[in-house]
Amino acid sequence: MQEECLLTMRGIVKRFPGVLALNGVDFTLREGEIHALMGENGAGKSTLIKVLTGVYQMDGGEIKVDGKKIVIRSPQDAQDHGISTVYQEITLCPNLTVAENMFIGRENGPMVRRKANEKRADEILNKLGIPARSTQQLGDCSLAVQQMVAIARAVDMQCKVLILDEPTSSLDDKEVQMLFGLMRDLKSRGVGIIFVTHFLEQVYEVSDRITVLRNGELVGEYLTEELPQVQLVSKMIGKELEELSSLGDAEEKNDKDAEVFYEAEGLSSSEAMPFDFTVRKGEVNGFTGLLGSGRSESVRAIFGADKVNGGTVKIKGKPAKITRPIDAMKHGIGYLAEDRKRDGIIAELSVRENIILALQVMNGMFRPISRSESEAFADEYIKVLNIKTASRETPVGSLSGGNQQKVILARWLLTHPDYLILDEPTRGIDVGTKLEIQKLVLKLAEEGVSVTFISSEVEEMLRTCSRLIVMRDRHIVGELTGSDLNQTKVMKTIAGGEAQ
Amino acid sequence: MKEKMKAFFAAFLRLCKRIGAFFGRVCKNLMDGGMAIPIIALLLLVVFNLIRDPGFFGIGIQHNNDGNVVLAGNIISIINGASELAILAMGMTLVTAACGGQDISVGAAAAIAGSAFVKVLKASSSISGGTVVLAFVCSCIVAMIFAAFNGTLVAVFKIQPMIATLILYTCGRSIAYWINGGATPTVSSPIISGIGSFIPGIPVPTPVIIVAIMTILFGLLFRFTSLRLFTQSVGVNGSAARLNGINSTFIKLLSFIILGVCVSVAGCIGVSRLGLINHETLLIDIEMDAILAVAIGGNSLGGGRFRISGSIIGAYVIQMLTITLYAMRVSSTDVKAYKAIVIILLVVIGSPVVKEKFGKFMTRLVHGRKRVSAKGAEE
Amino acid sequence: MKTSFFKRKEPLTDTQLLMTIAIGIFVVMYVLAIVLLGGGFRRPKQIFDMLNDNASLIIVACGLTIVMIGGGIDISVGAVTSLVVMSCVLYLNSGGSIVVSVLLALGIGLGFGLVQGFLISYLEIQPFIVTLAGMFFARGMTTILSVNPQKADHAAFAELRNTKIEISWLGYTAKNGNRMPAQIELGVVIAFVCLVLVFLLLRYMRLGRGFYAVGGNQRSALMLGINVKRTRFLSYVLSGLLSGVSGYVFLLHTGAGNATNADGMEMNAIAAAIIGGTLLTGGVGTVIGSFFGVLILTTIKKIVVTSGLNAPWWQSITTGGMLCFFILLQSVVLSRRAKKKKT
Repeated sequence: MQEECLLTMRGIVKRFPGVLALNGVDFTLREGEIHALMGENGAGKSTLIKVLTGVYQMDGGEIKVDGKKIVIRSPQDAQDHGISTVYQEITLCPNLTVAENMFIGRENGPMVRRKANEKRADEILNKLGIPARSTQQLGDCSLAVQQMVAIARAVDMQCKVLILDEPTSSLDDKEVQMLFGLMRDLKSRGVGIIFVTHFLEQVYEVSDRITVLRNGELVGEYLTEELPQVQLVSKMIGKELEELSSLGDAEEKNDKDAEVFYEAEGLSSSEAMPFDFTVRKGEVNGFTGLLGSGRSESVRAIFGADKVNGGTVKIKGKPAKITRPIDAMKHGIGYLAEDRKRDGIIAELSVRENIILALQVMNGMFRPISRSESEAFADEYIKVLNIKTASRETPVGSLSGGNQQKVILARWLLTHPDYLILDEPTRGIDVGTKLEIQKLVLKLAEEGVSVTFISSEVEEMLRTCSRLIVMRDRHIVGELTGSDLNQTKVMKTIAGGEAQ
Repeated sequence: MKEKMKAFFAAFLRLCKRIGAFFGRVCKNLMDGGMAIPIIALLLLVVFNLIRDPGFFGIGIQHNNDGNVVLAGNIISIINGASELAILAMGMTLVTAACGGQDISVGAAAAIAGSAFVKVLKASSSISGGTVVLAFVCSCIVAMIFAAFNGTLVAVFKIQPMIATLILYTCGRSIAYWINGGATPTVSSPIISGIGSFIPGIPVPTPVIIVAIMTILFGLLFRFTSLRLFTQSVGVNGSAARLNGINSTFIKLLSFIILGVCVSVAGCIGVSRLGLINHETLLIDIEMDAILAVAIGGNSLGGGRFRISGSIIGAYVIQMLTITLYAMRVSSTDVKAYKAIVIILLVVIGSPVVKEKFGKFMTRLVHGRKRVSAKGAEE
Repeated sequence: MKTSFFKRKEPLTDTQLLMTIAIGIFVVMYVLAIVLLGGGFRRPKQIFDMLNDNASLIIVACGLTIVMIGGGIDISVGAVTSLVVMSCVLYLNSGGSIVVSVLLALGIGLGFGLVQGFLISYLEIQPFIVTLAGMFFARGMTTILSVNPQKADHAAFAELRNTKIEISWLGYTAKNGNRMPAQIELGVVIAFVCLVLVFLLLRYMRLGRGFYAVGGNQRSALMLGINVKRTRFLSYVLSGLLSGVSGYVFLLHTGAGNATNADGMEMNAIAAAIIGGTLLTGGVGTVIGSFFGVLILTTIKKIVVTSGLNAPWWQSITTGGMLCFFILLQSVVLSRRAKKKKT
């Protein structure tokens, strides 16, 4: 039974303009197994899932379910073939009851069989051990239960393949255990589960097999018990492309004596656990850890992006109060957000307007940058950062990801910050631009700007940072400097636990 | 001969193609600019009127009742009549851009502002220039207080603008009635009628001058502050605006307060035109027209990028449409029905879905023509 | 009703909570009016009068509630009501039959619903603009039909108009000794039928639950396999149809057509829906709530009159104040709920 292939994907190719998102990826799912799909940002996990669920159309390759070749054109097609997906963000209606969410859109006839549905829903919830009542408003349930209701809906639709896309990212430990119980239960009923996550412990706890993707290519398929955690991390992060190593290692700098620019003690926000952190002038440091380890939340707390709850902050030795982004900006801190689309670009505005935005905010409402001045700024940074845009008046939303990122970098560089926080500045952008950004970071440091750099790619960080703060499970678990800055040591610290 | 014909035919085709391409480009630029619809609508209306009555836009010089030399004619009455609407449309554009919603209480608020204006005027024994300024300042303050109330509901309590302003829409005119003490007081003074119609010696209607001043003031506001950039940022992407240090609550509140000033100006003009304040008829239904002007002007009602000039043109389109219909002997109450048809046509043409379908159709047309011309060349 | 709520183990859903608040406040308000003001409030006839006067508003509020639950807005309802009144009067006066006049009313409403629904859901034009144009069109058409008030002059219709259910024991004896029976007009019966039908639709039919799903989260609704465009389209069609019904009921009540009929009804209906706990953001609301919203609005006006605030502005000002109170209350209640959920 175990070897029976439920789903096979062979040589899947998916191109986006300018990017090869999936390059001949194979994936196999067997009956009654939990199969973890691993990879860092941009590895192609979500693209693969979206091809499988019909959100994207593949450009090459084939998909077989139960040995039969199938074509998936829409999410509805995928459901008809028994492929159900539970997304990270809940795709249910919070204003309806649990039972309604399980049955809406699936019934025939004009009437809703309210009582019958509620009874059936309660049966399924009981059978799967989900702690929810069918008549409850879904929005009143915890996120974990909402997640499970989505799973219950999928199960009731007789799904053979269940895709769980980052289901645990917003759950606490107890809820995760509840979810895992449900997953094991489904597994025993012969459902094949594809589990996408970035939590290593969870993969080892629940999955049978692991498939690792990197840069849109298949690294390999492994039995979970045969793949130690450290090896998994190294497979995910991988060796860097040859071109990138031409940058050379960051010179061993003696930052230790430089004056302290920023100092936080017990800083915490609505999203981040309390932590201590120090930045010296002209230093490049980095927060590392897997996605969801709390690295982004910590730097957001430094910038005042989330509600700051506690802790003391000193800038250049003087106490400072940073509760809103504008406070941080006034103290010479700049922050390039992780989610470029949501928190970075103002898509409809022009490149020029996007570039001058932060400086304009700091100047205040009544000292506008004149048109000619702003054009000069825009032209300067378009040239310096080599931003590829039709003109400075092009809406920034129409540029490629890498160029959008450069526009936001330009926005912060224009404010001449003393300290720049870059959260995943190289995510989803091409190799050439990555290299440019790394060079820029080092150049800034030489000019005396402190930089905090976050990246999913450890090698990138090793090359640019002279100090790495390692985070796991929302806590700082180590700080590496000097000779400790090597891949093995970093990965061991990231993986923690049973790593050797 | 046959050769010549063929050559001529080919040249003709080339010419057609070039003209087609040129117009295609022009249309595309205008379409992308978003200003296409109001400008085209305005031009169509002008052409239509010229065909209907070549003398429609004639401007004459008349002596009015006070013996002043003034400009008269349809075009003047259109521009004059749209003044309040244009002023409100300016403020409405700002609110729409920042909050992604509209203020439906501007008419009611204008009635309040007008009542305050009259109340102060009545309180003084004689109406001098100073009293009028004082009265205007008072009405401004009153309008700004009510606008701040709307703005607080929207910016602080995060209530949708339409719902928040429904409150004042419901009771605003009654508040005006209350201020007026249950009457429709009149004010007669040369200064007031000067504001409402003509200032002696100036042939242009005063409301038009006030619109010009307001336009310049808005121009200066955007020139000497970064309000445009901040408002657009808040409207397009509030989250990113916040992370760049913009106080979006303040920007939203400010947009409402600026609208409050516009409301007060419009209200005072409305009062001055008639020399009386009637809480029920002053600028009645103008909120709907103001929102329309914003939409016709190519601004998204969902907020974000905005163009005040588009809204002003939108206001004149609406007024031109109304006056054209009046000139066609459509009664003032029936005008609404025709207006509705034109509005629907405008928004249907402007809708993204229709644009997309039309774009596809046009590409097919152009490609088809290419194929034809290629065939012609082969022959 | 109340006890059944407390017996349930489930916490109230947002919809039920807001509706309960509306009902509770209405009851408190009415009881206070009886105790403190007495007068007309002591007589059951007061309630019947309120219903008779507002039957068409109740119907329009039902339609608007559907649209608002689906996350839209329809401000053409009052104007369509007015147009229906005028068309039907003119038709009846030209010697038409009752049945055809009813069909005419439904047809006009349906026509508006179909066109507006198509423009909004399939051409994706902002509902506010489309229904604003619909409102202008209907108002304009009304005056094109007739600027002057038209009184219905039709024997069969007059008979229909006078069909009233009299409940004499609920009446009272006036000062001059005449017995004033409590009456229910035909319009109120129609309004209640509409109310029940829409209630059943929203609660027990697939389409009705679809309105909630689309209004709650459009993207989710799509993922759950609901035809979002069609659902939204139908919400406007229903609202248009109910406006047609409301027009006929209005005519039954007044017996005359006037260009200013149902002026401002759309905003009254929106206010009633909001007070009754329907959120403009969509996904939350009931027709029962909207019904009580209408009653609350009317009761306030009656209270203002009875308590001696005779100046004509007090009615609107208190209505505005009430609206403000409800909007803020809902905002606070829902945000506190959301906070509680998070922790």
